[in-house]
Amino acid sequence: MKRKRRPMSFSRRQKLAGFLFTVPFLVGFIFLFAVPFYQAVVISFHELVLTPQTFELQPKGWENYGYALQVHPEFSKTFTEVLVKLATELPMIIGFSFFAATILNSDFRGRTFVRTLFFLPVILGAGVVMKMEVQDYAQIMVKHLAEGAPFFGGAAVRSFFAAARFPAGMVDYVIDAIQALPTVIRASGVQILIFLAGLQSIPREVYEAASVEGATGWERFWLITFPMMSPLILVNLIYTVIDSFTAMNNELVVLIRETMLRGAGYGVSMAMAMIYFVAIGLILLAVFGLLSRRVFYHV
Amino acid sequence: MSLAAKEKWRKRVVALLRTVLLIGIAYVILQPLIYRFSTALMSMEDLYDQSVRWIPRKPTLRNFRLMWEHMDYVNAFGRSFFLAALTSVLQLFTCSMVGYGLARFKFPGSQIIFGLAIFTLMIPPQLIMTPSYLNFRFFDFFGLLKGQPLNLTGTYWPFILMSLTGTGFRCGLYIFIMRQFFRGMPKELEEAAYIDGAGPFTTFWRVMIPGAVPGLVTTFLFSFVWQWNDYLYVTTFMAGRNFLPQALEGAATKVANAVKDADALASSSGFLDDHFYSLINNAGMLMIILPLLILYIFLQRYFVESVERTGIVG
Repeated sequence: MKRKRRPMSFSRRQKLAGFLFTVPFLVGFIFLFAVPFYQAVVISFHELVLTPQTFELQPKGWENYGYALQVHPEFSKTFTEVLVKLATELPMIIGFSFFAATILNSDFRGRTFVRTLFFLPVILGAGVVMKMEVQDYAQIMVKHLAEGAPFFGGAAVRSFFAAARFPAGMVDYVIDAIQALPTVIRASGVQILIFLAGLQSIPREVYEAASVEGATGWERFWLITFPMMSPLILVNLIYTVIDSFTAMNNELVVLIRETMLRGAGYGVSMAMAMIYFVAIGLILLAVFGLLSRRVFYHV
Repeated sequence: MSLAAKEKWRKRVVALLRTVLLIGIAYVILQPLIYRFSTALMSMEDLYDQSVRWIPRKPTLRNFRLMWEHMDYVNAFGRSFFLAALTSVLQLFTCSMVGYGLARFKFPGSQIIFGLAIFTLMIPPQLIMTPSYLNFRFFDFFGLLKGQPLNLTGTYWPFILMSLTGTGFRCGLYIFIMRQFFRGMPKELEEAAYIDGAGPFTTFWRVMIPGAVPGLVTTFLFSFVWQWNDYLYVTTFMAGRNFLPQALEGAATKVANAVKDADALASSSGFLDDHFYSLINNAGMLMIILPLLILYIFLQRYFVESVERTGIVG
């Protein structure tokens, strides 16, 4: 049967065009991402030996994983520490960036200047700067000097709250939180940006209608702002996990790199990275599973 | 007190609280920068002097001079600038195209492709760095090229290939940003172009790109800054070449050798004193950050505005 060749319909042509637009990424994903990812999985079960001409893989089975988890002196400890730190800082970063975005969204003089300033950490806190900061002895010295006279978090504060019968765990968390505040503020740049974009996209009429109906500011926040922002809270949670997970000054990232270059070798460092990746993947899945059903999507 | 007066006072108190709070936050953000400036200007005596905290008593430009010379700053700057400009322009090109394809066309698998882009963000680059290095070190187009594999490390090719295919550092984020930005643009412009007989690609270049300048500037800024600051990629694919991160790292030893005889306080038998090391280190870091600060000040207007316009909701 011979079919007459007709020009492609508009919708088919559009579909093809859309696909063509994304082809470069698809090619890159397969060759420069999926292939190395697969190879990383393979290497984690091998020992990698580099020779001048090429490289060899010697099979090791689960040995690398066993070594990382049971034998390596620091991996398990650092791994737990990093997870605990993330769990402490995550709610604070989300809370602070939401709060900061709310302030930046209100109208006041010098707003543009303040916004520019708030996003500065995005520019300053990356890669090489973070890495060098870890090795900065003068800064460490200044910090030690400052710890002699803490403005908050001293024993007096702790005993005061203990006397007032606050649970010790809560007092510790609050004090730790206040001491971590600088880190939190500096890690919140992109998150503030995302929340701010969201706040700006809530139509003004919704608030006006609510006011006419007699809603208070408190009600407007919990019944309009919060549900409208909930998808972004999810986005920001995920971004924050990824960002702290891949930061150059993340202790586990440093450890993995050290292991690769000077320690137990490529195989073990790949196994460590895999364990870390799977753990973070599970955390992200849990966060997503718990929250995505509660998230409100504005249509 | 009348109701109006009460309201006025309430507003004043809120404004005052906000100002105090913002000054506090601004201090926290600027403190490392100010600290770095003051340390970089210090001499050794200032650093050991307990009474000197922020303002050096004997300010000196010696740290900057030493670093300028031993980082080979002009060359390292040029190299880093070229690399950052090259990758960010290529990433901008690819990511805006992919972002547009995902924003405006519904085709089978488009959701999956978007999911893959987000997935690339979730994998730490350290994980695939070793295999990527091996692939570029023994490059044979994944078995397609016969004969001796090429060595692409030490050239710009790894960066060009990764940028052009949207798999470079944080490209997933740029695809996401551009997708959101294009979704927020009005459809009428494109429809008009289609009615006039323009194809999708002409429409993209002639109509959408000019309208998306703020989004493009944001992506460019992110991309440039992160490439400029990048340590991982540049030391993996360009090992032994003098880009700014390597220059900063390598400078310490060179400075130690240079001041060995002249300055016993800073260096004993070729080993740098830890504190002197942090003085020159801070000077070096400032020399890396300053160009970015200048770039940011020029582009911040676009940046702040466009981020608000992307409306990254839903």
